[in-house]
Amino acid sequence: MATAENDVLKPDFGASRKHFIFTDEHEQLRESIRSFAQKELAPHAEEWEETTFPDSVFTRMGELGFLGLDKAEALGGQGGDYYTSLVLAEELVHARSGGLAMGIAVHTDMAMPPIIAFGTEEQKQEWVVPAIKGEKILCLGITEPDAGSDVAGIKTRAIYDAATDEYVINGSKTYITNGHRADVIVLVTKTDPDAGHGGITLFLVPMDAPGVVREQRLKKLGMHSSDTALLAFQDVRVPASAILGEKGKGFYHISWELQGERLIGAAGCVAGAQACFDLTLKYALERQAFGRSIGKFQVIRHKFAEMATKIETARQLTYMTAWRFNNGEYPVREISMAKLHAARISVEVADECIQIHGGAGYMTEYGVERVWRDLRLNRIGAGTDEIMLEVIGRSYGL
Amino acid sequence: MSPEPPFSEEHEALRESIRRFVLAELRPHATEWEAARWFPDEVFAKFAAHGFLGLKYEERYGGQGGDFLHEAILVEELAHCGSGGLAAGVGAHTNIATPPIAKFGTEDQKQRYLAPAIAGEKIGALAITEPDAGSDVAGLKSHARRVDGGWVVNGSKMFITNGVRAHFWVTAVKTTSEGGHHGLSFLILDRQEGVSASPIKKLGWHASDTALMAFDDAFVPEQNLLGRENEGFYLIMANFQWERLVMALGAVGAMQVAYDKTVAYAKQRNAFGKPLTGHQALRHKLADIATTVHVSRVVTYDALRRFVHGGDAVKEVTMAKLATQRACFDVMDTCLQLHGGAGYMEEYEIERMARDARLGPIGGGTDEIMREILSKVLAL
Repeated sequence: MATAENDVLKPDFGASRKHFIFTDEHEQLRESIRSFAQKELAPHAEEWEETTFPDSVFTRMGELGFLGLDKAEALGGQGGDYYTSLVLAEELVHARSGGLAMGIAVHTDMAMPPIIAFGTEEQKQEWVVPAIKGEKILCLGITEPDAGSDVAGIKTRAIYDAATDEYVINGSKTYITNGHRADVIVLVTKTDPDAGHGGITLFLVPMDAPGVVREQRLKKLGMHSSDTALLAFQDVRVPASAILGEKGKGFYHISWELQGERLIGAAGCVAGAQACFDLTLKYALERQAFGRSIGKFQVIRHKFAEMATKIETARQLTYMTAWRFNNGEYPVREISMAKLHAARISVEVADECIQIHGGAGYMTEYGVERVWRDLRLNRIGAGTDEIMLEVIGRSYGL
Repeated sequence: MSPEPPFSEEHEALRESIRRFVLAELRPHATEWEAARWFPDEVFAKFAAHGFLGLKYEERYGGQGGDFLHEAILVEELAHCGSGGLAAGVGAHTNIATPPIAKFGTEDQKQRYLAPAIAGEKIGALAITEPDAGSDVAGLKSHARRVDGGWVVNGSKMFITNGVRAHFWVTAVKTTSEGGHHGLSFLILDRQEGVSASPIKKLGWHASDTALMAFDDAFVPEQNLLGRENEGFYLIMANFQWERLVMALGAVGAMQVAYDKTVAYAKQRNAFGKPLTGHQALRHKLADIATTVHVSRVVTYDALRRFVHGGDAVKEVTMAKLATQRACFDVMDTCLQLHGGAGYMEEYEIERMARDARLGPIGGGTDEIMREILSKVLAL
């Protein structure tokens, strides 16, 4: 609280930053995730950039209950609200490994929600329960070499074989996070190629099924600690019971799933930008040029002011949208805005932080260039900027 | 089509021959050299075999007797090699390390360093920046102590392109205890036990070697003082104009390559039933890029023309550097975005171009330093 002293109200820059959506329990959770990330993950960040992070991160996070924060207790989750998953996304930034945070988010916030929402009890027991324990790893297969943003343009086919009551799947998927390590994939296929959005069906395909080929590990600009796969499905046979949700409703199932994921992504971007800002502020106060700390130059000071303002707008937009989402609304327009804005400003902030670091910013050692490389994905993954603009624009009837 | 001023038919013929060389001898190896974070020293010899390390240098040192315009063509065409680090390594040799020797060196120094550098037999580096002093040259701490027959140098240097592979380093050192810009001198250091260099990992320019260097009682003979003692600051300033023009030209070349590559991709990639260029918002982004490339080229050529004609071009060169470096990175970033998921993957090389371009607003004087210079030039 700002305090009145001599009848003058002074600005209180040290005021608690806690937003009203968060309770004391959230703050305790925040502390515990941060401490875990700093102690158990961050020390390995550089090493995991080279090797990708180990599967043991899943089991450890499962032990700690971090993989099912907002999932029902009946499934082994913590029964928390939606905000707990925001807290996780924000605090995992302290692992200093964008790829790790992404691998976890794909597991908990991309692949798991549709199984929980649309899966049968058997499917939940088979996949979600062990996934929350970190014993099984999930991935999600939407994008294909020839179809990314245009989900209806996918070519992976699932054809029903009445003789065996099985589906035979053929096709390929690319840019699949966790694709090499996953035990199961939530696979988007076409069961009726003539039905457009209505011909898309989700399957739960075990990754050890015959005909599932994990091709080369894809090399990327950033997110080096995550594994990104090109996958091929060659006459993969799954029982009809492997359908997730309703046949022909896959597009709608996935569209729903994407909303929660995008907001989580926005929260991760805000936290990533804030961490980069903090790191750079420290540098700007220490680094001397022309006889003073570089942060004391007006132009640099203003850069910080711009960055802080950008981060704050994205944070408020994300939190307010999360509040609406948590209250049961389905604010697709605002979610798209939050995702678009947070991704953009986070990349701008990281870029400005590189610039403020000067030559050091270009060097791997200082870690800023990695933040930029990692954050840059957010303007592409989970719906590009351009797709967000489409969603927002069309929401006005345009 | 007639050549765009300031270039002539002869320059365009040179452009053709350089491009053939770049596409045949360099481009096929770019990915391999990027992954190795090194390109072989023999590349210098290959350049030399075609006379490309001495385009602007006098024939009596093995050069081609051309001028800065010939060199400008080489700089632009190197954008086709597919590796900013490779272009940087060669550029550091021909446009940063050797020009001060050509301009300020004694006949003996030219024979011992410039001629073998043009022949690709000795590789050069320029060493100014230090861990604690980048933009602020007055803050340099490496120093040379007078001894019998020369100097003994101690200190460290940072972000030195070709630092590991170089045979000689044109090095800025303090030769007096005076602070500020005075008391700086340039010495040419040879490879020796007292000079060590280790590579530094970077966001981009992976194929170039960028070193952290340490001088531990390195000896420099009397005859390796370059230019006048305690007047090194003047030498630094003298080459800045050309170095910055080189960066502007490199950016123009790189932007053009990225634009062409992205247009080709956007025309063949389909989404929602039509090529990417069939989507208005994406098409307009490409129109913007084409405009940026054109504006950058015009501003750069204007500065180049003024520079070559010998007038004071500090304002225009500084503006060209400032305008093109951020523009180049922005163009790369948009091209990356237009490639979608593919843009994020190494395979498509757009991410490499973006990483390489990001050095522009930092190296050769940051954008902020450019604005400071302009503030002075414009008497603000």
